[in-house]
Amino acid sequence: MEDERSFSDICGGRLALQRRYYSPSCREFCLSCPRLSLRSLTAVTCAVWLAAYGLFTLCENSMILSAAIFITLLGLLGYLHFVKIDQETLLIIDSLGIQMTSSYASGKESTTFIEMGKVKDVVINEAIYMQKVIYYLCILLEDPVEPHGISQVVPVFQSAKPRLDCLIEVYRSCQEILAHQKATSASP
Amino acid sequence: MVLKAFFPTCCASADSGLLVGRWVPEQSSAVVLAVVHFPFIPLQVKELLAQVHQAGRVGLAVLGTWCHRRQGAEESLGHFLEGLGTIFSHEPWLQLCREPGSKLWSCKATRRQVPPRRGAPYEDQVMLVFYDQRKVLLSQLHPPAALPDRQAGDAAHSARGLAAVFDTVARSEALFRSDRFDDGPVRLSHWQSEGVEASILAELAKRASGPACVLLACLLSLVSAASACRLFKLWPLSLVWSKLSVCEQLRHRLEQLTLIFSTQKAENPTQLMRKANVLVSVLLDVALGLALLSWLRGKDRIGPLAEALVPVADHVAEELQHLLQWLMGAPAGLKMNRALDQVLGRFFLYHLHLWISYIHLMSPFIERILWHVGLSACLGLTVALSILSDIIALLTFHIYCFYVYGARLYCLKICGLSSLWRLFRGKKWNVLRQRVDSCSYDLDQLFIGTLLFTILVFLLPTTALYYLVFTLLRLLVVAVQGLMHLLVDLINSLPLYSLGLRLCRPYRLAAGVKFRVLEHEAGRPLRLLMQINPLPYGRVVHTYRLPSYGCHPTHSWGSLCRKLFFGELIYPWRQRGDKQD
Repeated sequence: MEDERSFSDICGGRLALQRRYYSPSCREFCLSCPRLSLRSLTAVTCAVWLAAYGLFTLCENSMILSAAIFITLLGLLGYLHFVKIDQETLLIIDSLGIQMTSSYASGKESTTFIEMGKVKDVVINEAIYMQKVIYYLCILLEDPVEPHGISQVVPVFQSAKPRLDCLIEVYRSCQEILAHQKATSASP
Repeated sequence: MVLKAFFPTCCASADSGLLVGRWVPEQSSAVVLAVVHFPFIPLQVKELLAQVHQAGRVGLAVLGTWCHRRQGAEESLGHFLEGLGTIFSHEPWLQLCREPGSKLWSCKATRRQVPPRRGAPYEDQVMLVFYDQRKVLLSQLHPPAALPDRQAGDAAHSARGLAAVFDTVARSEALFRSDRFDDGPVRLSHWQSEGVEASILAELAKRASGPACVLLACLLSLVSAASACRLFKLWPLSLVWSKLSVCEQLRHRLEQLTLIFSTQKAENPTQLMRKANVLVSVLLDVALGLALLSWLRGKDRIGPLAEALVPVADHVAEELQHLLQWLMGAPAGLKMNRALDQVLGRFFLYHLHLWISYIHLMSPFIERILWHVGLSACLGLTVALSILSDIIALLTFHIYCFYVYGARLYCLKICGLSSLWRLFRGKKWNVLRQRVDSCSYDLDQLFIGTLLFTILVFLLPTTALYYLVFTLLRLLVVAVQGLMHLLVDLINSLPLYSLGLRLCRPYRLAAGVKFRVLEHEAGRPLRLLMQINPLPYGRVVHTYRLPSYGCHPTHSWGSLCRKLFFGELIYPWRQRGDKQD
């Protein structure tokens, strides 16, 4: 079962949340971030080349122009491969674990998997981010030494930064699965 | 809990048979290792499982049946497979079935004993997780969850979570030794059933490495015994040895070579990786050194280099002379104290004159020395760089001397100034209490103290200027030497074998796993594909970094500035074993 809804992130950009219910014990949430805008790309390229032309008129060395082209290309490739995240996915599988995947604009995917034994809970936290107070979803990991302690807080959807309404949807589904998992694991 | 069945992808197209593997009750997961085909004798299957248990200390059992219906299938096969449940009793009994040519699977897990609590399902929900057996066998999890200790007890208590799957596959290597061309009593399907993987070169290298290691280990022990001989511990030689960085580098290399060629087998994968990294690093070093050597010999560059060296040293000395003349005049428009200026300037000029004569004395031997230094490059590029750094240190020895003279003078002046300033204010330093106390001085003490204070204050700019100039020169030389040491450190400590492994065989170094949901139909069990998530490059370097001998500077920028201000001597790097200043 699959459905798609649109939400907005903390800056007002449009996000699309795709939910897939594979089975009662396996759900996937896919959040697509706004794409790279042509306007900002053109603005940055123009700024870099204007600066290069300015330097060229001062120094009369054509190496500056080739260097500017090189820098622009490498910078764009680096940005697409290391910085710009297109999609963030959260896959939660009952009794296996939670997997978070970020796909970059160049196609690279980086995945983290947390086993269910280490997950204590999934909560929505508040944080002060610059001049705003925002909500974010995070996974609490258990502390092996202290049974009631928390060893780490892992935030989810860090680059998409959706608002509270989107987070509540994801939170409800995760809690259903976690509750089911705790019920079945408590009984022998 | 949902029952997870880990199924190897190589068995997905195998014929019908029995599923053999390990059941992990804490996570309710069944790790299937192989499929036993018909016909088989149950007693022989049990014998095989007992053999594997003895070899790898992992408790295997028959977990269930696998049914792959071909064209014109017999319905009786289904009933026959169900009947097998009575011969091999296992809780729960898995029944996996696959339609030919389609992706539709069906799984059932039945428990014969009725569970004591009411309302619980008689059949468990099953989730299929496919895994690549060869990759899981060869990969190594970081951080290692629990070291697979062959001597320790059963695998039951060692690994938690998914590490248990990796552990199980690793310990069951004995099961994968037979392939379908073997004439054994039992026919198995697993990742090696098409033929055992091996390489002739690897086998030959293994055979040859034994005697070669023994020979090289003997040679190396002879060399280390010779270098530890008492002759080298006598006073002038031991000082020279400790100051030269090339000796440190050679000692480090000797240690590393002893490690590689030791006849002891590596106990765990970390040690094996370290040995491999050290070997690749040494080979790369020697290759780069030989490349440098061939470049030097190629166009016979040593002669012109040697001939250029003495004029360069002369030029540097001349520049220093100009600098001193400039300081003796009115440098940057500042007015110096004439007498002190002349004394210091003449003293340094005489020292410089001695140095130039020394260089001219050495000039006939320079070419021979350079030839021998070039020859040492075949021991490795790091050795050549260390020798270069030592040569720079020797050639700029006069700058070091000037810095020490200037620093000591300045330090004395600062000490005197601070103590006389306290006298000027009527205080004194209490050594017992380590603090400043007030003190009443006699009139003549105050008079002489104030006089001396005034003299020192007015002589301060001159001394400070000389100190500043020579400290800057010394820092420049230190920076150049530091750069070379950094390069040597880089070659010494970079784990090239691990990086190459991460590039070419990423599944060997695993940070974890990742799952992908395969095509799903309602009513059918959930199918997942488990893949290995490789370790990122930064963590590979951090985990397998080789230890290097040089230590990084122990002071921060703040303490460095403080030492410079008070005129204390700075030693930018300390070798292992040096005493603290």
